[in-house]
Formats: sequence, structure tokens, C-alpha cells
Amino acid sequence: MTATDSSDPTRRDFIFIATGAMAAVGAVASIWPFVDQMNPDASVLALSTVDVDLSPVAEGQAVTIKWRGNPVFIRHRTPKEIEEARSIKVDELPDPSARNENLPDNAPATDENRAAKDKPQYLVMMGVCTHLGCVPLGMSGDYDGWFCPCHGSHYDTAGRIRKGPAPENLHIPHYQFVADSTLRIG
Amino acid sequence: MSEHTVYEPKSALGRWFEERLPILGFVKTHVLDYPTPKNLNYWWTFGGILTAMLAIQIVSGITLAMHYTPHTSMAFDSVEHIMRDVNYGWLIRYVHSNGASMFFIAVYIHMFRGMYYGSYKAPREVLWMIGVIIYLVMMATGFMGYVLPWGQMSFWGAKVITNLFSALPFIGEPLVTWLWGGFSVDNPTLNRFYALHYLLPFVLAGLVVLHIWALHVPGNSNPTGVSVKSTQDVVAFHPYYTLKDGFALIVFMLLFAFFVFYAPNYLGHAINSDPANPLATPAHIVPEWYYLPFYAILRGIPHKLLGVVAMFGSIFLLFALPWLDTSKVRSGAYRPVFKQFFWLFAIVCIGLGYLGSKPPEGGYVIAARILTAYYFLHFLVILPLLGLLEKPKPVPSSISESVLAKNSRRLAAQPAE
Repeated sequence: MTATDSSDPTRRDFIFIATGAMAAVGAVASIWPFVDQMNPDASVLALSTVDVDLSPVAEGQAVTIKWRGNPVFIRHRTPKEIEEARSIKVDELPDPSARNENLPDNAPATDENRAAKDKPQYLVMMGVCTHLGCVPLGMSGDYDGWFCPCHGSHYDTAGRIRKGPAPENLHIPHYQFVADSTLRIG
Repeated sequence: MSEHTVYEPKSALGRWFEERLPILGFVKTHVLDYPTPKNLNYWWTFGGILTAMLAIQIVSGITLAMHYTPHTSMAFDSVEHIMRDVNYGWLIRYVHSNGASMFFIAVYIHMFRGMYYGSYKAPREVLWMIGVIIYLVMMATGFMGYVLPWGQMSFWGAKVITNLFSALPFIGEPLVTWLWGGFSVDNPTLNRFYALHYLLPFVLAGLVVLHIWALHVPGNSNPTGVSVKSTQDVVAFHPYYTLKDGFALIVFMLLFAFFVFYAPNYLGHAINSDPANPLATPAHIVPEWYYLPFYAILRGIPHKLLGVVAMFGSIFLLFALPWLDTSKVRSGAYRPVFKQFFWLFAIVCIGLGYLGSKPPEGGYVIAARILTAYYFLHFLVILPLLGLLEKPKPVPSSISESVLAKNSRRLAAQPAE
């Protein structure tokens, strides 16, 4: 068998392309473990829940606990703070989404949706500014809530962004009350 | 551009070796006898200074790596151990930390020299772009190195800078988690930053080889911007520029030694002597001085994604500089209007650096916005238009002519003794 017409695809062309394609697939597949090893490992993912006793946290007090390497703010709010948070309409907020993992994604950022269910005095949220990840300072800023010293974001008493470069309300992690005053985060 | 020198070994052993590996001939052609424009001024010595700084950083860095522990529970203490216990550890660490600042001082002078004398223009666009890549890799290396002592500024600098990527739509959050290897900056982050901080200087060394290769194709530019036309215009690199670069290096080392021995912590932040605390951000966090202009751009824009885009854009814009500057005249010395805008641009960059160090409030934010706007205006409007509108001064016909004209003027001004 002699192939004289070079414009026709030959068995050799086919084998050449098929080999090249397999080599490309193999190269991509062998890169993946080296990419994925950068993702959180099993020991990081294992630290997924933490329990907190809220009974020593009196009204007007706040605690910061560490969960998955990040601070979580738990604030026992005063009636005045709750009142302040409820006095603003959702459509006036820069970020109208509740950012609450315990609720559907489209929940509006009302104070009720931000605070703990049936316990509106408790506000539980990540202490991580949604701008660039600094820890905001409590009881400060123009809205009596939190103020991020890094780039000047102001959050209100429901942890919602009101002014500054942060695009989103402070995120609310998944949590539940396992007893009347015991909170489980994660 | 000039006659090629040929290396002819004198000894039989030399000939035997040269036939098998012609490296000595390569050194003679590309280093010793390399034809270099005879009118290079001291602004041209910073390439050599930068090469020396890279070598100093690699040697001091490998030495530090022998005593440092990349773990969140031990990193801070191991740095203190270097400072207090290791013989000359304080010296080697101060050389390394101040060396980073010196490296950036030199690279900024080198870049502004390139901008003033139009060194990026044809046929040196690729040379310039490799330089921009070197600058980006330097920034990444410096940033990761600053994280390793695991002080408060290390930690929060790392958190803020890596969080810049969270501004990207959709892929932002998973990308940041991937970079961290967790849900915050933590031990996996420190560990990989250490590995990369060790790797990238060698990548830099490779890029420097490419940079010099791309330089040696067209040869050096020079203060007149006129291309080399004859052997009258050049001198051998050795001894003329080895000595000139060497002298400049010694003067630069005096400045370096001043910081190392008399103000070793002047360019750092006192708060980095506090161990990293993931639960409390220091009241005022700022990056190292060499990133401040870009930090000012980031904070000046009141929108997360746009701020990040502007910050990266301000650096990536440099890649397009050879095509944004439309002027046919290479050297700023013959462009009277460009010269003024160049210095205005330099002042704007320093001003942005100053504003980056200030808290993001009131007048500082407004000033940062004005200067940010000017920064982009310079590249996107002023440079393209100037090339079309400006009337440049007459350019000398050759390097030799400009040198001789300068000397005859000097002789005419000084009466003979």
C-alpha cells in the first residue's frame, strides 16, 4: 500500500492527531492534582462546628469567637440598637440581600432576617469585612454598628453595609440553637 | 552594530575547552567586549545595581531560610531567634529586609529612566515588557516575603491583598479559598507563601537573563535616543562600564549600609513586632512603601471591583506604553513638553505614595482620586496626544556628534589656563 495523494487523510494522520489529543488530555488531567492540593485539606474542613454558651453575654455585650480561622461576632443587642436597625427600609440599603446562610438566597435584608430566629436580640455574623477581609471594630462607625478601619466601611446595628467600599452586608454563617442558650456555628 | 570580536584562546587547554563549550567566547562577546554607547549617564547604572541586589537577596534569603520555620506557631519566634540567637542573624535579616526596599528604589529609578529616555520604544518593546513582568514578579515576591515573619502587619497585609481577588465576579470567593488553602489566611497559606517566596527569585533570575538577551539584540539605548551608527559611538563594556557601574554600585551600597546599620527599621512598621492575631485588625494597616501608590489607587475608588481593576490596570497599562507613546523621538531630552509632563507624572506617583500611607478619610481620599485620574490620563490621553502635537527639538545626527558638541561648548565656556 502506497499513499501517493498527500491531501487525503491517512491512517498515519489519524494516529498522529489521536495521540496528540490523548497527550493533551493526559497533561491536563495530571495538572489537576497539583491545582487541587491548594484547596482546603481534610484537617481544615474537619474544624467545621463550634459550640458557644451565650448565657454570660449580657445585654449590650458582645463576644468574638474563632470559627474556621475567622472571627464570628455574637452581639446581644439592646432594644435601642434593634430599634435603630428596624427604622430603615430595605430598599434604601446598598445591599438589599440578607446574606444569611440559614435563609434562602433571595431573603431581603430586614432586621428580622439578619437577627437570630425568634431571638431578635442576638446577632451572629462573620467578623470579616466584605471589602477586603479586615475585622471591623464594634460599637463604632456612623451607624453605631461596626466600622472597618482598613478602608472605612460602616455597618449598622444589624451588620448591614451602609457606607464605604464594602459591597455586601456582613455574612451570617449557618448556625442553630442546640439548647436555649447554646449556639452551634457551622 | 559593530565589529564582532572573536575569542581566540591562547593556550592549548583553552582551545580544547572552547571547542567543547564556547562559554568563555560568549562572555567575551557579550560582557567584556560588548559594544556599549559611549554616552550612557549614571541613570544607566541601575541595571547593574538591580542585578547585584537580586544576588544579595538570594544569598541573604537562602541563609535566612536555614534558620526560619514556616509554621504559624513558630514563624514569629523563629524570626526573633534569627535576630537574637543566630550569629550575625540580625545583620543578615536586616540586609534582606532593607535589601527589598533598596531593590525597589533601584527598580523605580530604572523604570523612570526608561520612561524619560523612551527606552521602551521600537525596537525595544519586548525588552520593556519583560521588564514589566520582572516588576510584577518582584511585587509578588516582596509581598510573600513580608508575610513570613507572621507579625500583625504580615497577617493583615496578606489577608487584604489576597482578598483583592474576591472582587472578581463568580470565581472570586473560591479563588481566594484556593489561594489560602482554608477559610482564612492560616498555616497552609504561610507554608505555600514560603515555598513560592523561595521559588520566585530564581524565576526572576531567569527573567533577567531574558531581559539582558532582549537588550543585547538591539543594544543599549542612550540619553540621545539616537541609534548607534558606527564604532565611533561605542566603547567596550569592560573596562568602561564595569567600572562606571561598579562605582555607582558602591555609592548605592553606602545608602543601603546607612539603612542596615543606622535605620534598619525605618522602612518597616512597628506593629509587625506584634505576633499575628487573626481576631483583631490593627487600626491602620498599610503595605510596604513600594506598593503605596497602587494602594492609594485601590482605596481612592469607592467600588470594590472597580478599585481592584484600577489598581491592576495601573500596572498592566505599562505593557501598552510602547504603543501609547506615539512620538517618533525616543529621548525625552529633545521633547520640551513631554519633559514637563514626565516630571508632573513622577510627582503624581510620589503623591499617590504619600496618600497611600495616610488613612482613607476626607481630603486624602479626594486627593487620591484626583491623582488617580491624572495617572490614567497621563498614559491614555497625554502621551498619545503629545506625540502628535508636540514639536520636538532637533535630534543630533549621531551619538558622537552630541558628545563632541557638548565638549566643545564646555571648552568654549572655560577659558584655557
